[in-house]
Amino acid sequence: MKLITAIVKPYKLDDVRASLDRLGVHGMTVTEVKGYGRQKGHTEIYRGAEYEVNFVPKTRVEVVVADRMADEVVAAIRAAAVTGKIGDGKIFVSSIEAAYRIRTGESGEDAL
Amino acid sequence: MHKSLARAGLATAAAVMSAAPAMAADAKIDPADTAFMIAATTLVLLMTLPGLALFYCGMVRRKNVLATMAQSVAATAVVSLLWFAFGYSFAFRGDGAVFGGLDRLFLSGIGIDSISPFANTIPEMLFMAYQMTFAVITCALVGGAVADRMKFSAFALFCALWLLLVYVPSAHWVWGGGFLARLGLIDFAGGTVVHINAGVAGLTAALIVGVRQGYGRENLAPSDLSLAVIGAGMLWVGWFGFNGGSALGVGSRAVFAIVATHLSACAGATVWSGFEWVKRGKPSVLGLISGAVAGLGAITPASGYVLPWHGALIGALAGAVCYFASTSLKSKIGYDDSLDVFGVHGVGGVLGTLLAGVFATAAISASATTPGVAGLLEGNVAQLGAQAIGVVVTVVWCIVGTWVALRIVDAVVGLRVSPEQEREGLDVALHGEAMGL
Repeated sequence: MKLITAIVKPYKLDDVRASLDRLGVHGMTVTEVKGYGRQKGHTEIYRGAEYEVNFVPKTRVEVVVADRMADEVVAAIRAAAVTGKIGDGKIFVSSIEAAYRIRTGESGEDAL
Repeated sequence: MHKSLARAGLATAAAVMSAAPAMAADAKIDPADTAFMIAATTLVLLMTLPGLALFYCGMVRRKNVLATMAQSVAATAVVSLLWFAFGYSFAFRGDGAVFGGLDRLFLSGIGIDSISPFANTIPEMLFMAYQMTFAVITCALVGGAVADRMKFSAFALFCALWLLLVYVPSAHWVWGGGFLARLGLIDFAGGTVVHINAGVAGLTAALIVGVRQGYGRENLAPSDLSLAVIGAGMLWVGWFGFNGGSALGVGSRAVFAIVATHLSACAGATVWSGFEWVKRGKPSVLGLISGAVAGLGAITPASGYVLPWHGALIGALAGAVCYFASTSLKSKIGYDDSLDVFGVHGVGGVLGTLLAGVFATAAISASATTPGVAGLLEGNVAQLGAQAIGVVVTVVWCIVGTWVALRIVDAVVGLRVSPEQEREGLDVALHGEAMGL
């Protein structure tokens, strides 16, 4: 099983969700994060006090899928999240050792 | 242009005066005045609860939001109880030029029919209550200068001591028949008593307590300016009671005060925002509300003495002067007046108190028994002198009284939280509460 972690622009979340849904991936975990890569932050000014804000809001989408689906899922996420502008985000793939469904106790791919 | 407007104002006021029944001479409770002043009292309390609480808490960091609100609530409780116990008596009783009277401690002697000589068409109890709301907001204002780093116990004790040492004497001198009133100082609703006092006390406290951790280096950005805007809205609307109600009765003078007040807020917002737009490229919502509050503070002493266009002009000047006081001046000198109590209220109060002496228009404050107060533009140079003396006396006594109050508080409970508490945030450290994720 593979954990696919995608950091995307927040407004792209729904496109990513819809595209995964079409692939048969019916669950995910989403977190609001902030970060930066090549995309610069911005400056805020409050009554003359200037603050450089380096971090940009992003959304992290995590899905765990069977090994054979990983490449498809990565491609689908990328297609849904890309805009061509700096700040589109990244996708990471890592290995998952075990998985369990809490309600039934199922494990492995049956838990996904 | 001024002379014809003055004549127009005079004509208007004369028409109003001839239409109105005999004013002021009879001390008798008037139901219309009483109803209006109950509404005004309510509006001014709203300015603190929750107006100032929201205005301030939106500008601090999330970890201090609840603590900042607690200061407004605590100030209301502490100051109201002490005003009832002795504040009202010391401020508005007695014939002393400097010291007030002791005959209304715990409001003893105020009966159902009692009337104060300072507001002779409403119940004395109501006059007391109205003045109480002024004392409350003045003390609450000071907290903004030392936001994010003062102990709650210190702030509560400070409110009590400062009320006694600074606010009450000042109110007596300016409004309670004391020596500044006898000198001819005009201060309709509190340019000196409220705004200069709060601003100068704030600056004094900010200098003594010291800058926030990370000031100038870390991100101290506001947590939620939408709350600040809501609070500013309550302040703006409430000010109709603050300045309008200072007429102490319903009528045209209250309306003139309200209109001058509103135009001052609008002009202040426009000018501050305009300066920001030019200097920084973007007009901020914080700039809009700050400019409005600057205008509101500046017009306060003049509101019942001037014409509406004076109000707009005073507001515009306040928007400009207070903008620079809160940005350039503050950064040049390096003090951490966190919520710009001095930059907005202190500087605005000084400006407005002086300008009241410039723009005072006799027709506005004239009554059946008095000729009204004229300012510089109507040929009365002496008024500006009286205003200047009022400003200097207020500033000097405020610095002295504030310094003494802070020294006592520091000796008894300590002024500032520990560095660890400041890091953790006052909500959790002082109150055991958190805003949540």
